[in-house]
Amino acid sequence: MATRYHIEQYCRITNGRISKNGALVFESAETEFSAFIKTAYKTLGIAYSKFFKMDSLSKLALVAADLLLVEEPEKNMALVFSNNASSLDTDRKHQQSIQDPDGYFPSPAVFVYTLPNICMGEISIKHRLFSENSFFINNRFLADNLFDYTNSLLAMQKAEKVLCGWVDFDHGKYDAFLYVVAKNGTFTHSKESINQLYQTI
Amino acid sequence: MTDLKLELKEKIIEQLNLEDVSVAEIGDKDPLFGEGLGLDSIDALELIVMLDKDYGIKLADPKEGKQIFESVETMAAYITSKKAG
Amino acid sequence: MSEIYLSHNNVVSNYGFDSLAAVNEIKQEKSSLQLIDDSQILSKPVCTSRMDTEKLKEAFALLNPRESYTRLEQLLIVSLEKTIKASGVPLNERVGLLISTTKGNIDVLDTQNPFPEERAYLTVLGDKIKDFFGFQHEAMVLSNACVSGVLAIAVAKRFIQQGTYDHVFVVGGDLVTKFILSGFNAFQALSDAPCKPYDKDRVGINIGEVGSSVLVTKNPNALAKESVVVLGEASCNDANHISGPSRTGEGLFRSIESAMKQARISASEIDCISAHGTATIFNDEMEAIAFNRANLQATPINSLKGYFGHTLGASGLIETIVGMHSLHQNTLFCSKGFEELGVSKPLNVIGKTTQKSLDIFLKTASGFGGCNTATIFKKVAS
Repeated sequence: MATRYHIEQYCRITNGRISKNGALVFESAETEFSAFIKTAYKTLGIAYSKFFKMDSLSKLALVAADLLLVEEPEKNMALVFSNNASSLDTDRKHQQSIQDPDGYFPSPAVFVYTLPNICMGEISIKHRLFSENSFFINNRFLADNLFDYTNSLLAMQKAEKVLCGWVDFDHGKYDAFLYVVAKNGTFTHSKESINQLYQTI
Repeated sequence: MTDLKLELKEKIIEQLNLEDVSVAEIGDKDPLFGEGLGLDSIDALELIVMLDKDYGIKLADPKEGKQIFESVETMAAYITSKKAG
Repeated sequence: MSEIYLSHNNVVSNYGFDSLAAVNEIKQEKSSLQLIDDSQILSKPVCTSRMDTEKLKEAFALLNPRESYTRLEQLLIVSLEKTIKASGVPLNERVGLLISTTKGNIDVLDTQNPFPEERAYLTVLGDKIKDFFGFQHEAMVLSNACVSGVLAIAVAKRFIQQGTYDHVFVVGGDLVTKFILSGFNAFQALSDAPCKPYDKDRVGINIGEVGSSVLVTKNPNALAKESVVVLGEASCNDANHISGPSRTGEGLFRSIESAMKQARISASEIDCISAHGTATIFNDEMEAIAFNRANLQATPINSLKGYFGHTLGASGLIETIVGMHSLHQNTLFCSKGFEELGVSKPLNVIGKTTQKSLDIFLKTASGFGGCNTATIFKKVAS
């Protein structure tokens, strides 16, 4: 079972650096996330009409996914994401808007992002993926459950490929690591290789 | 009225995060939804919040929004009529 | 591949402390929704269903907790304790814990809440539940908007079929909070009166609060009498809009088709549908289109939102549990609040609780982010 599938491609976004399959594709000294991701979005030539309406988690996930999906013809691709902070960064924003009775103006545009799976919805819209989405919460990047779950989706023919990994945004810190699992690819799909790719940035 | 329209355009760009759109690009009569600025259902809800927060106007029926938010001109006319009333 | 069952189950709700407390009242077509005037949660009266705080505290105290637990943790623990006990499954290394929630302890973000903000992290919630019972693995937490409860059953099934676990306890819940109500109110989606799914006068949803749990297992022995087999499941995105339901019911239609394919059954073999039916204009319309595309327009269908309200991360779970009892009791439960069809396509909405021989039901859910799920269950032959 462990050798049946392969990792085709992977990418990482963290600490001002964006890499794809181990090669640096964008770097910035910008320390603030919103400025960093905006420059990355423009430099990498990504086009999505709702980009600037999205919350930070969705911006991070969309840019990471775009690196791997922009030239991907396969549309039967499931999304299996995980993180630690869920949508807490946006949750705090919504809470601020309702905390004080005198300044009580909850925003629908903020509230809609108070769910972690919204970022998978944005990716599905941009890449026309009518496929399965699952969002798991773990206190750190964990290959174990992602590995078993991805194998299950492929074995049960729920998808031809699976885009999976980690997208976390909390207190201004960001970390995305996504990889595509398919029948063929460069690396064996195993817990060891997933962990190794996550470490080699 | 002209000042109000300008103000509305600035607020719409800011509140709805219309990156790369300038005040000059929004005509008074341009449709805000559909073919115009391409706003969607969440933007419509956001405009209802904006009326409340910035102008103290609460829409009794959200369905009214369709006419009010047709263009910057219709929005300005609605706000002016409410203030006069 | 071995069959996967849904077995022992529990619903802690305004109806009482077990599934039958709710099912017996639903059979009598009695809603648990009430109009509550509490400025702590919304500036206007809100129609909702919440567990009585004192009763919950009493039930929780009987479990001898050794520290303080949040309201949501209490709800989840009280429910799960009953399911674990009824199942008799020892919590060894072959047993998993899966939590289905959209917002977890989101109420702790309020500056007036006595618990630390850290408690809002869903893994902290997971640890509290895991440690209370002594599960040997970290809790898995699934947060996938309003489809979480139905999807969690599919997730549990897949982990068992992959050999990760032999049994998975799924526990789901979300609170009625100012956080949630303010958001849905800003979306103009709340109904001031009990909701009316699929009705021509429907105006929106009610939010409700329950704790619920179910054992998902591959062991065909010692099953609860209302157990079901999971025949097929699927989940598909609309790829259309993050909050607006698809106008073609695309994701839901694809989910149903895929679940039927896996179950190897045709639409005519489905005896009844427990749908999402939130009673918003656009959701119910989208569902009607999807069910028609799947050739299910004549199949008896209900929404249980008129009984519990929309219980978010628990909704798919409690509606599945009620569906299990519906099969076992050979009873179609009335779709509370429905009078006259108000969607553009035909649906056979259950207007009155009726006895009927039942074998297979379809459970569906749809949510923000464009997600949809469909799962098909079959009665275990006794």
